[in-house]
Amino acid sequence: MSARALTRLTGIAALLAFAAAFPLVFTNPAVTTDAVFTLIFVAWAAAWNSFSGYSGYLSLGHAVFFGSGAYFTAIATIDWKLTGSQVFWLLPLAGLLGGVIAVPFGLFALRVRRHTFVVITIAVFFIFQLTAYNLAITGGTSGLLAPVINFTSATYNNPFYYIAFGIAVGTVAISWLIRRSRFGLQLRAIRDDEDRARGLGVRAMRVKLSAFVFSAVPVAMVGGLWWYFTTIVDPSSGFDPLNDVAIALMAFLGGLGTVSGPVLGALLIEPSYLYFQQQVASGYIFWMLYGALFLVVILVLPRGIIPTAAEQIGNWRGRRRSPAAAPHGPSVTTGADRAKELA
Amino acid sequence: MRRPLLARVGSAARQVIPRLAVVPRRWLARSSGTSSPQGTAALLHAEAVSKSYGGVQALSGATIDVQRGAIAGLIGPNGSGKTTLFNVITGYARADSGQVFLAGKAITNAPPETVFGLGIGRTFQLTRIFPSMTVLENMLIAGQHKERSRNPLARAGGAASRRHAMELLDFVGLASHAAALAQTLSYGQRKLLELAYVLVADPQIVLLDEPAGGVNPSLINLIAEKIRQLNAAGKTFLIVEHNMDFVMGLCDPIMVMDYGTVIASGPPEQVRNDRKVLDAYLGTDDEDSDGDSDIEASRAGI
Repeated sequence: MSARALTRLTGIAALLAFAAAFPLVFTNPAVTTDAVFTLIFVAWAAAWNSFSGYSGYLSLGHAVFFGSGAYFTAIATIDWKLTGSQVFWLLPLAGLLGGVIAVPFGLFALRVRRHTFVVITIAVFFIFQLTAYNLAITGGTSGLLAPVINFTSATYNNPFYYIAFGIAVGTVAISWLIRRSRFGLQLRAIRDDEDRARGLGVRAMRVKLSAFVFSAVPVAMVGGLWWYFTTIVDPSSGFDPLNDVAIALMAFLGGLGTVSGPVLGALLIEPSYLYFQQQVASGYIFWMLYGALFLVVILVLPRGIIPTAAEQIGNWRGRRRSPAAAPHGPSVTTGADRAKELA
Repeated sequence: MRRPLLARVGSAARQVIPRLAVVPRRWLARSSGTSSPQGTAALLHAEAVSKSYGGVQALSGATIDVQRGAIAGLIGPNGSGKTTLFNVITGYARADSGQVFLAGKAITNAPPETVFGLGIGRTFQLTRIFPSMTVLENMLIAGQHKERSRNPLARAGGAASRRHAMELLDFVGLASHAAALAQTLSYGQRKLLELAYVLVADPQIVLLDEPAGGVNPSLINLIAEKIRQLNAAGKTFLIVEHNMDFVMGLCDPIMVMDYGTVIASGPPEQVRNDRKVLDAYLGTDDEDSDGDSDIEASRAGI
């Protein structure tokens, strides 16, 4: 194992150990509540990125899966009269439902590309939101309430935290596996030039659809968890278009199409949103800042933090290795280092 | 390694019996793939292919044959339908009518991924590589459909695939750029990369759309040399090209298209002096020609 790989592995292990110990160290419920929301968004951003980031098909409709997961968990909990930890067993089923919904959604939306695809995902999203407003089973505008949960108040957040943590880690791990796999190679080829990729034997529709379906599963699972944690889902919060925008911003800020970028983006944006909301008591000001932040990211870091940082480090290493490098030296070194960084 | 007895008998029989009438095809299939195509059906055959875009008739009953082991050229004035024919053959455009066969098997209107899997690789007039991926990853994409692993999360490109990819990169002189992002390559290097990654999957025939377009003369010679080497190893080519020196020096036979149909076909010298070809390039007809086809050929640049 190279020294670099060892450093990376140690870093990941330290981060995981810190995250695992977090609720034991920071026992303040206000802090752990924010941590649960943050992990929900880490999982969502990583899942979204494993489709949109790798394939280049930017979905603004993943809240469909989040809301469906939330509503499914709510309806099943109420109908089957589940209580306490029993509800958590519904989460894999919620994930499965998300995957099932993604099949017809994907077959329909993935027939078109780029801007048209984005518009179709938004349209499908609104179909789901309107349906939730108008069905009796979803409780219409008032939504569905969770039953009273009799967890001990001091450690109330812990089960939610560790389940969100498990889903987030699992999603990031699969995202990493996809990135280095044949499947990931095909997705990235589709992102660069779909028609050319097809001409090299890539079964584009099958590959895109598989990624779309996979990305729906964790999102629906955290949707179910989110409902149980917040104890209520209504159409505007379950199917929230701002969440779709937030996820895209997280991925863009951290680095679209990288494994760690969306995780970093979620870790930066979600806690700052929650902090701001609690301090200023008005989400609207934050949303305005959100828009401004989006513009700043596009202007200053168009490729996101991780790729930009990797390039800077690559350049610095290249310069240190060969102070008088040939004209094409640095660009080739940069490319190689960046490729390794992303791989 | 000794070839099977049947294959050796098959090879010998083909030398003795030119028409191959009595030699079962499956014997031949086991023998060397570099053998002469004389007497066998064409490797690639397009039959009366027509295609229109709105009111424009891009192809109008085009028929071509490419024999196994040939370097066939496809020339014609701009807009004569060469690239459209490539697009129909490789599944990028649907034919309105007509049929395409590869080694006797109908592949008309099959999607590009299927056509590639069956053994037709192609390059594009405007080079198309995957810019945000490394040169080696570009190579691995073309090889992925042959990988046996059923696990989609298996690591991309096994040791054998990587070795094969590196050999081909070495062949076109890009091995030292394997880890560089493809977007850092020059235009000529991109042409070479596109040629290399099409070869990864070992296609039966390679369709090259203007391989010499926009590249410097020394690289043109290098590309021609690589094509000759690959052909000597048994690879079949169909090349669309406007650079007449390149085509006339490399291709035989040459097919000439005009107004969406093939107007002439044959060895370079024959095509060069063909009246219809000269008319197509010079826009002349029988009445106003001065009768000296060599002078006209040089005026036409062919």
